[in-house]
Order: sequence, then structure tokens, then C-alpha cells
Amino acid sequence: MRPFTYERAESASGAAKSAAETPGARFLAGGTNLLDLMKLEIERPAHLIDVGRLPLARIEETPDGGLRIGAVVSNSAAASDRRVRTRYPVLTHALVAGASPQLRNKATVGGNLMQRTRCAYFYDPAKPCNKRDPGAGCSALGGDARGNAILGASEACVAVHPSDMAVALAALDAAVETVAPAGRTRTIPIDALHRLPGETPHVETSLEPGELVTAVVLPPPPEGRQEYRKVRDRASYAGGLFSLALAGGRLALGAVALKPWRATQAEAALAAGATPAEAADAELAAARGTGRNAFKITLARRVVVDALEGGPTR
Amino acid sequence: MADPPVRAAPRATFQITVNGEARRVDVDLRTTLLDLLRETLGLSGTKKGCDHGQCGACTVLVDGVRINACLSLAVMHEGQQVTTIEGVGLPPDLSPLQRAFLERDAFQCGYCTPGQICSALGMLEEVRRGEPSQETLDLVAEIVPLTDAEIRERMSGNICRCSAYPQILEAIRDVAGPLGAGA
Repeated sequence: MRPFTYERAESASGAAKSAAETPGARFLAGGTNLLDLMKLEIERPAHLIDVGRLPLARIEETPDGGLRIGAVVSNSAAASDRRVRTRYPVLTHALVAGASPQLRNKATVGGNLMQRTRCAYFYDPAKPCNKRDPGAGCSALGGDARGNAILGASEACVAVHPSDMAVALAALDAAVETVAPAGRTRTIPIDALHRLPGETPHVETSLEPGELVTAVVLPPPPEGRQEYRKVRDRASYAGGLFSLALAGGRLALGAVALKPWRATQAEAALAAGATPAEAADAELAAARGTGRNAFKITLARRVVVDALEGGPTR
Repeated sequence: MADPPVRAAPRATFQITVNGEARRVDVDLRTTLLDLLRETLGLSGTKKGCDHGQCGACTVLVDGVRINACLSLAVMHEGQQVTTIEGVGLPPDLSPLQRAFLERDAFQCGYCTPGQICSALGMLEEVRRGEPSQETLDLVAEIVPLTDAEIRERMSGNICRCSAYPQILEAIRDVAGPLGAGA
């Protein structure tokens, strides 16, 4: 691990200001992803701003009947909160489908959103990767890219976003609250937080330099069924090959793109009276495999159809 | 041109309570909680398996909650209470779960065992608090029945390469008491 300096933030706006003013600064919350990447020297921050003890660990009601989940609430605490479990079960199901209990106890809601891809080529410093080293090329293209993207990918990057939680947040139409270095706060719809790779896969979010996620805001729960499904190589503690979150009439897909994929084409088709199969086809018409991941298109179609038809979740 | 001066890596001095004993430590900032326990404090019961949060061998309890000590910086735990296997019990005063592991022969090489035991202790507390897992079908119920499937799922962050899983399950069930009534 490269040497770094360390500070414990005393306010969210102070943390954002320090991040903007200190070269090579990174926010540290749970650390479960960042420290792993620092050990591999894929992340090489010169300065860490520990935001883990900021007073952002509360879950509170919003005036419109939704919930605000502080950015440093642990994944376990968010999944276990009684209001989340009863009103947003898709979020609990998604959270407990991710990582291991030890990791969920440490990892935060904000950190979950900001975690980086698990693409094997991103994790291997011996291989070119446009995300790690812009312009170097993408080793996953033509490589063993079995888990990689089938939607929204580019010639520069075929990685997927690894979060389960974010897929549920996309189906719930959640938003993210942030504070910028100048102290300005704003609310970003979840769909606008993560970016597709295009030609700049190293730019992963729409956050400005130093901008800190302070909360996730859930609108009132939608009417209707909520469900999370995840398909993976083993039954527990594995990243998804495909996942799906249903919340009322909204559908989001996971492990298919570099962002949680809101299935707007399928939603529109369903609203116009399409069958589940037609809705799945509408969404997946643009899906492309890059070799060994082509099976994910068939997999995605089958899981989407089964979920929309109301098949058993296990 | 002269070489740039070699600067010592930044350090931190802080207090941390380990197994009930307040310790003042001075470490390189890069020191993980795991390395602090093993190398600085000489508590080698906590094991380093993968050092990347994948195996669970380094599981300890921080303020009663189980985490991977390898994926945390020591300095992040200033002022907190850490419990390692040495704090759970040392011969001859073993804890009920440690005795159950012996009675059930719940290990072969033993390398994952301290992590398994700390993880199981944290897991039982999570169940007492009613925290759900992906095996929990009824998210609204106050009480989570601790079935064998629940124990297996909740212990999936701890790998045993000798594959003593059936015996680990039995040992945990032995001490779960009324929690395991749903098994």
C-alpha cells in the first residue's frame, strides 16, 4: 500500500472542501472496497478523509412519506430497519443478496453506490484497462468476459456495476443527496448518478470533484409487488451474473451494464399491454454479447419473463 | 540531480480497547486492524487468510459487531472495543462455543476456526436482534427462526478449506439454544 495522510472529517461540507483542496484525496467510509483496491495499488490515494463518523448514520421519515437513509448507515442496518423491511422489501432483499455479513456490517450505503467494478481485468494491473489507465485499452474485450456488460457497453469498457442495492434503488426511483465543496447541496436521481462508459470509462459518476454523497432518499413505496432476484455461480457470497428488481410497475436490471439498468423499454411495453415476453424482448433488443457473456442475454430474458409472470422467487 | 529525500510514512497514535484492555498504540497509518492485532499487539489468534475480505479468517468483533479485520485500517477504530478469539476464551476457560467446536470436532487444520467462532458469536447477536438474511422469507416477523439454512447462509462469509461445515453447523446449533428452536 502506498503511504497516505489521514483526517477524520467533522462535517460533510468540511469533508467535501478538504477533498477538493487536497491533491489525491479520497473519501473513506467502511473501506471494504477502497482498502482492498489500495492493497492492490489500483487505488493510490495520497490522502484519506474518513467520513465514517459523520452524523449521517440515521434513517428518518421524509415529509412525503418516504425515507432518508444516511450515507454512512451500514448495509446491515439499512437492510434490518423495520421501515425498510416493511415498506421497501426489495431493498432489504437486494442488500442481503450482496457480499457477506461481515462486509455488510462494515460497508455503508454511500460506499455501496461508489464501489468500483469487479471486472477481473480492472483488478489485474498486468493487463490494460481503460478504467484504471485511460487510453490503455480494454483487455476484457475478447478476453474471459463472462460476467461483463450486455447493455450500454462501449469499445472502451464492458465492465458492470457490482451493486445489488443500487438495482433496487433504481426500481424504487430513489435519489442521492450530496454536498459539494462550496457547501452547495443537490439531489441527483439514481439513474443520473452512474455513467455509461462511452469513451471515458474512468469517469464513473456525475459527481463533481470533492462532492460527497450524504444520503439516499426513497420516495413513498409504490403500489404493488416488490421483488429481487439474483442469479450467480453459487448460492451465497458471489457477485451476480444477472439480477432484477421489481417495484410496482418499475423494473431494473443488475449486472448487465456499468450502471443499474432501469428497464424503461420493458416498462413502457407493459404499460401498453405487452406480454412479459414482449416486454423482455423490447428491453433486450439492444443487448449485445462480447463473446463468452452472450448467454446472459438468454438468461436475462428468462428471468425477466418469469418475474413478470409472477413465478416463485426460489 | 539528488534523489528526493526519503520521508517516513505518516503515523498515528491513538487508543483502542482490545479484549477489555485499553491500549495506546503508535502505528504506520497503513496498518490494518488485522496487522495491528497480530503484529503490534502479538494477538496471533486472529488469522490472515486472503487479506482481501474473501475468506473470513480475520473476523473479529468491533463494539460487538463482526467485521473482516483485514479490510479496515487500525486508525479507523480509535476508541472502539475489539474482541478477538483470545478475548472469547483461553484454555482452560473456554467459552461454550469453543467447547462445542471441540466436542463436535468442527475443524481439521484449525486455521479458519478463530474467525468461524468470532463470526458465529456476532451472527447469533444479529439473529437475537432480528436482522434478516437472504434466507429470511418473512421480513415483517420480529423473530427470525434460526434454521440450518439460516445458519449456513449467515456463515457464508467464513470459508473452511478442510470443509468441516457439517460439524461447524452442529457446534453453532448446540449453543444457539432457544434461538435454534426453529431448526
